[in-house]
Amino acid sequence: MSAVLDSKIPSGPLSQKWEKHKFESKLINPANRRKYEIIVVGSGLAGASAAASLGEMGYKVKCFCYQDSPRRAHSIAAQGGINAAKNYQNDGDSVQRLFYDTIKGGDFRSREANVYRLAEVSAAIIDQCVAQGVPFAREYGGLLANRSFGGAQVSRTFYARGQTGQQLLLGAYSALNRQIAEKTVEMFPRTEMLDVVLVDGHAKGIVVRDMVTGAITSHAADAVLLCTGGYGNVFYLSTNAKGCNVTASWRAYKRGALFANPCYTQIHPTCIPVAGDYQSKLTLMSESLRNDGRVWVPKKKGDNRKPHEIPDAERDYYLERKYPSFGNLAPRDISSRSAKEACDDGRGVGPGGLGVFLDFADAIKRLGEPTVRERYGNLFDMYHQITGENAYQQPMRIYPAVHYTMGGLWVDYDLMSNIPGLFVLGEANFSDHGANRLGASALMQGLADGYFVLPYTIGNYLAPQIGKRPTTDREEFKRTEADVRARTNRLLGIKGKRTVDHFHRELGRIMWDYCGMARSEKSLQRALAQIPPLREEFWKNVNVPGEGEALNVSLEKAGRVADFLEFGELLCLDAFERRESCGGHFREEFQYPDGEAKRDDSNFQHVAAWGFNGEGAKPTRNVEPLVFEEVHPSVRSYK
Amino acid sequence: MNLHLKVWRQKDAKSAGKLADIEARNIPEDASFLEMLDIVNDDLTGKGEEPIAFDHDCREGICGTCSLSINGVPHGPSETTTCQLYMRKFKDGETIHVEPFRAKTFPVVRDLIVDRSAFDRIQQAGGFITARTGSAQDANCLPVPKVAADAAMEAAACIGCGACVAACPNASAMLFVGAKVSHLALLPQGQAERTSRALKMVRTMDEEGFGNCSNYLECEAVCPADIPASVIARLNREYTVAAVKDGVA
Repeated sequence: MSAVLDSKIPSGPLSQKWEKHKFESKLINPANRRKYEIIVVGSGLAGASAAASLGEMGYKVKCFCYQDSPRRAHSIAAQGGINAAKNYQNDGDSVQRLFYDTIKGGDFRSREANVYRLAEVSAAIIDQCVAQGVPFAREYGGLLANRSFGGAQVSRTFYARGQTGQQLLLGAYSALNRQIAEKTVEMFPRTEMLDVVLVDGHAKGIVVRDMVTGAITSHAADAVLLCTGGYGNVFYLSTNAKGCNVTASWRAYKRGALFANPCYTQIHPTCIPVAGDYQSKLTLMSESLRNDGRVWVPKKKGDNRKPHEIPDAERDYYLERKYPSFGNLAPRDISSRSAKEACDDGRGVGPGGLGVFLDFADAIKRLGEPTVRERYGNLFDMYHQITGENAYQQPMRIYPAVHYTMGGLWVDYDLMSNIPGLFVLGEANFSDHGANRLGASALMQGLADGYFVLPYTIGNYLAPQIGKRPTTDREEFKRTEADVRARTNRLLGIKGKRTVDHFHRELGRIMWDYCGMARSEKSLQRALAQIPPLREEFWKNVNVPGEGEALNVSLEKAGRVADFLEFGELLCLDAFERRESCGGHFREEFQYPDGEAKRDDSNFQHVAAWGFNGEGAKPTRNVEPLVFEEVHPSVRSYK
Repeated sequence: MNLHLKVWRQKDAKSAGKLADIEARNIPEDASFLEMLDIVNDDLTGKGEEPIAFDHDCREGICGTCSLSINGVPHGPSETTTCQLYMRKFKDGETIHVEPFRAKTFPVVRDLIVDRSAFDRIQQAGGFITARTGSAQDANCLPVPKVAADAAMEAAACIGCGACVAACPNASAMLFVGAKVSHLALLPQGQAERTSRALKMVRTMDEEGFGNCSNYLECEAVCPADIPASVIARLNREYTVAAVKDGVA
């Protein structure tokens, strides 16, 4: 079944669309707001900021998270910073420039109007966070400090040590706490959403499982917000937290929401390389390290000498060589791919040859060790704990790892999916980063959506819905709850021989080998052939011990991996059908002679939004053309 | 390497728990402590037994989810959190005791998982600056001296793991509460609610049943985020001044 995708982008000049839309949007009068209940799933930057803001406005909010406290959502792990077009450094920044950098960084595959709005509200985010007491880095004069990040030639990134995500999340958490105390928000920690409930085609509630007691219950609302993050864990190893999953988005997809551009995944260039099979996650070393570190590999293949024994003339500082104007600060997709090329060429370093050097020797010579320690000390310490190596004395070894997912549920300009009443915020939606996200833009988007976009746009849906909230006695709730129970019981009843992690690892291997940093028609065919049998084996042979009515970690994991086993196939299918290279999606068949990604604007300048057609049936690939009124898509050059 | 584990197993909050003997075999020394438990759990599941339940999430030392007292010390011999502890710190054949964070205010949920929601309730009582969305002025209108901003950041780095409470013989939460009170009291934005914040957070901390500080400083020693014990001194000052003002008013 194909769907009509109306992005509802307001008419008029790009720079006036948001102002105009805000004015034209419907308002709910303050006395009526308490008559509405809104469900927020997820308590990261997008979820916490939305729940707090809606609570302040007077709506009744229920917020759910799988963690034991909303303060632990994975936004907390973001290290580097948050972009904003403040131009505090007087270096030529502006809303227009942040907009253009983001569109170009996304390889002209994002929606122009959404990105412009993101750049427009960016400055207000910094104001809001400072007012909450977020301790951003400051200059001696007391003004806010900035640093540079990949893909930009201005200094527009605000930061709090290497813990910016933590401080922004704790800021949003504190605003959320104030509303919990005011009783406008009711918080449900250790509670996992397992399905969305549709009543007359509208999202009017969710079914959840209490992860401590195992109780499965329903909650009704006037609207449902999914702020449930990305799907990077489909690769098993990623920089995501262990609990991050695609279940909320995938359940919504199976109820009719469209999944847009799932093949756009971001591989971060600076992570600690994999050390062994037992490894459970990959650790990111902030991109800010590339401000002072120099990336290199030996010029000679299979050069096993220690790094300090290799003279400068025999080193290949490949980013500086290939991209002289951006150098070590080339965007993430380009840096990652260059590292892979060097390793594929047999010039990788460390165990298995899957690593490149990130060298601080020159920075230490230039700035002195104390300055380097002051800037990056916590990262050097973390590297030491994990690898046992001292990066002040020898270069770090880094390798790309799955980090962020640009794809997500399709949303219109109001952040509403094609299911009325179902809104999607933050990493869980698809609209702002195109085929590649720039560093320090994820935090910006999560908070933009939650603080400054959704609270304005939700009125358009809610206004005519007054008094239409169903109760959970309705048949639709009973049926959805029964579906969830049946699925849980089915998982517990298999009693097979293999652990959930076994299947997750195996899926991750397929995804990484055949649909990772580089993809080809052949590799994708292989992935598409291998995933269905693995899924079939899972449903015959997985072992989920324990019971449903208790805390059961294996059961939680099994439900998530079951969804990843379905979702992984859609991701590969999307990668297969997108016969071009763009941003993080690199198809080996489509490249320029120098190895750069070759877009095909005449055939693929569009969003692919996939619609579910039932178990076993091929999903429909719906298309939303990307219309650029302001920018002219060009070949991305960072040379 | 091979290790003998003595692990706390407890079905739920109501059941009694006990230390169970579990062998950890063929553990690579580059594995993290939690990866060691993953391997043990894979083993147990293969044998049809239920895996050991433990809290963890980001596995990079920032979310504060992982806990565990290892050989009696919260977060064990790690420089930071349990997830950043690597097996190369242990010897082949060693016996390791693995228990939940112990405190009356952190009841056991299952095995090594405890309920730390009392921390959230303390934060809800006053751990914020009232700044309604959209009401902020330009961020640079309010310069903050770098020294104050850095000191606030040092206190704000708390990850809310609860090791301070587990390490304290009194199960005091003063390092945790002191960190938030200090963070916000050091900033100009935090002045308007400075008095009420200190009062409400301390009173909620007492109601939850956390003990008082008697200067053992075990909290500072185990804190993975390096929160200095000076935040406790600041909390005492903030609370005393607030209580006097409150009494006068």
